[in-house]
Amino acid sequence: MTATEHQAHNPALLHHFADAEQQKNAASLGMWLFLVTEIMFFGGMFCAYLVYRLAHFNAFAAGSQQLNIWMGAINTAVLIVSSVTVVLAVKAAGAGKRKVLVGYLVVTVLLGLTFLVIKGFEYREKFEKHHVPGPTFSFTDKFDDNGKQIPVNPKETELFFSLYFAMTGMHALHMIIGCGLFSGLAILAWKGHYTPGYFTPIENAGLYWHLVDIIWIYLFPLLYLISRHS
Amino acid sequence: MASTVTPSKRAPAPTPKLNYLNNGHTLKSWLLTTDHKRIAILYLISVTVFFFLGGFFAMLIRLELLTPQGDLMQADTYNKVFTMHGMIMVFFFLIPVVPAVLGNFLVPLMIGAKDLAFPRINLLSWYLYVVGGILISHVMLTGGVDTGWTFYSPFSTEYTNTKIVEAGLAVFIAGFSSIFTGLNFIVTIHRMRAPGLTWSRLPLFIWANYATSLIMILGTPVVAITIVLVAVERLFHLGIFDPRLGGDPLLFQHLFWFYSHPAVYIMILPSMGVVNELITCFSRKRIFGYKFIALSSIAIAVLGFLVWAHHMFVAGISLYAALIFSFLTFFIGVPSAVKVFNWTATLYKGSISYATPMLYAFGFIGLFTMGGLTGLFLATLGIDVHVTDTYFVVAHFHYVMVGGVLMGYLGGLHFWWPKMTGRLYPEAWAKLSALLVFVGFNLTFFPQFILGYVGMPRRYWQYPPEFQALNVLSTAGASILAAGYLLPMIYFVWSLRYGKIADPNPWAAAGLEWKTASPPPTFNFDETPVVTWEAYNYDEIPAWERRTPVAR
Repeated sequence: MTATEHQAHNPALLHHFADAEQQKNAASLGMWLFLVTEIMFFGGMFCAYLVYRLAHFNAFAAGSQQLNIWMGAINTAVLIVSSVTVVLAVKAAGAGKRKVLVGYLVVTVLLGLTFLVIKGFEYREKFEKHHVPGPTFSFTDKFDDNGKQIPVNPKETELFFSLYFAMTGMHALHMIIGCGLFSGLAILAWKGHYTPGYFTPIENAGLYWHLVDIIWIYLFPLLYLISRHS
Repeated sequence: MASTVTPSKRAPAPTPKLNYLNNGHTLKSWLLTTDHKRIAILYLISVTVFFFLGGFFAMLIRLELLTPQGDLMQADTYNKVFTMHGMIMVFFFLIPVVPAVLGNFLVPLMIGAKDLAFPRINLLSWYLYVVGGILISHVMLTGGVDTGWTFYSPFSTEYTNTKIVEAGLAVFIAGFSSIFTGLNFIVTIHRMRAPGLTWSRLPLFIWANYATSLIMILGTPVVAITIVLVAVERLFHLGIFDPRLGGDPLLFQHLFWFYSHPAVYIMILPSMGVVNELITCFSRKRIFGYKFIALSSIAIAVLGFLVWAHHMFVAGISLYAALIFSFLTFFIGVPSAVKVFNWTATLYKGSISYATPMLYAFGFIGLFTMGGLTGLFLATLGIDVHVTDTYFVVAHFHYVMVGGVLMGYLGGLHFWWPKMTGRLYPEAWAKLSALLVFVGFNLTFFPQFILGYVGMPRRYWQYPPEFQALNVLSTAGASILAAGYLLPMIYFVWSLRYGKIADPNPWAAAGLEWKTASPPPTFNFDETPVVTWEAYNYDEIPAWERRTPVAR
């Protein structure tokens, strides 16, 4: 192999790669590894959730029943649809359809914002019901859906809500980053930055978005559903 | 293989060839560089600053412990001093030092690549490191932290009034610097190898850095989220680890050590990688048991994730958990021992020469073996209970961290100094400093084994008078050690201007990094090399090159 600087016709090819394929492979491996770090990052909180749920089952069940299952379910649907639009965006990029690509990217951002707005309403409800951990926390409603009283320690339920806010908060932060990322990609795509020969950033941002979705797919049952009918 | 090496020239060339050092002289050309070699130099400067900062705190500790009574500082100050020593040394020196300096410089060179896969992310890593470093310095100057480097909850989350959140943020940011370095290395090693450079032909330094990178990307995010949880607990009154809410401080310790035990392998593995390169070069032999050494690095990375709870034997975990973690901890001695035995087997019937890097390699083998064997003592439940939180533990991990990591780093720095700078260091002074480091180190830390065994606890600023003699020895050793570390600072800087000009391969070493100029051009190789040989093919090196490897 000889020096490649002068062979490069693709303006997106960086000088230290031999060819576009090597560059693409490197970028996608890098993204997958980054997703691994994200899984480990959230894994710490999932581990804490598991340990505390086993230790304080009743308190966690009681806390879980205070979550708004409809808002959670709608948000789950919103995120699944947004994952579909991401896939369609990647497909449009591969086909070189610039306007379709921009359209799907914008829709994805809008869906992401929808999720965040609904999440905001959920958080407001928590504030109103004094379910936000801290000095103002109070938990008096110890009855399940059937009117049966659950013996719980409100302190332990506060622990549930601590984890709820830590996990959904960290997830929401990732959603905000994702919305910023896709907005930037939409602008670049509008300017014609991506061609069927080079749309790795769209693919990689898509991988990130899917991972953030998948984390929610685990959060939703763990926080909202799993203790409903115990 | 036709070598591209030209015979050495003694006199400086009239017009120096364009290389990575003289390709741009402005501050901007350094601070915005994406050249892995320049970033390595940036790291070299910044980790050296933090090394001496951490060393300064170490000297304060040793001075306080010179006498049994607390005379130099108050108990609170002492707590902050050992905390800063630990945090700076662990997060800002030991973890980045070998991967970020030597690894950054050498990984692309050794695999025949033009750069790391993501040069801009590499620069970002350095900036993250610097931001974290500035933040920890800010913490240091505005009150410090007194939890020890381990941030144990609930002291960190509930009781201490020191700068936990800021220090945690510094460690968090520095953690992302190391995540990005690890990610960059893994992708580079997978995707950027020169044609013909198969996995079984890779230098073992690359294998070691690969294993290190695995730990970096798998472990660091866990400590990152753990620190975030401690911070939100302090800031927003979330009660993740708060026992009053039914939270479990032990969970904090589990999450913390899940990273922080593998982190010691982040520190030691790259130095082990360096030792492979030194031992083979200065005994002019192929490595003994290449595959075993390569796989032992991976084995250490994997097993390293299964032993963390040996830090918690007396913390209240169940006896059965402790038994299993004790067993697994013994198990990790196996791949470590594989390395040591293979290095000694490589020496057997080799043509050994005693250049400074080799002295450090010998130092590494001896001191790491001491550190490793005492690690087995600590893996034994009964002994661990006896010596937990004593100076025995302190001595053990300093034998591995300082005796191991730092010896490997200094050996590697001397070995590749001609490649990095194009200048030779003064051999006599270097040998003197290697001797000072070895003697000073043992004098500092060997007495601490005895102190710990007879019951001196760690992290106390006072002690009973009968411990004074050994503490005086230790402090005396520390001052010799300090001289041993200051000396290279002086002669390395001196050599930049007055050192002899190095030819491309002053040690007649195998390895792709020696087949390009010293210092290398910006894109490393004029032509992408094609590799057709195994690593460490010292028996195939052409006769005219087969000379005694001594820096002339």
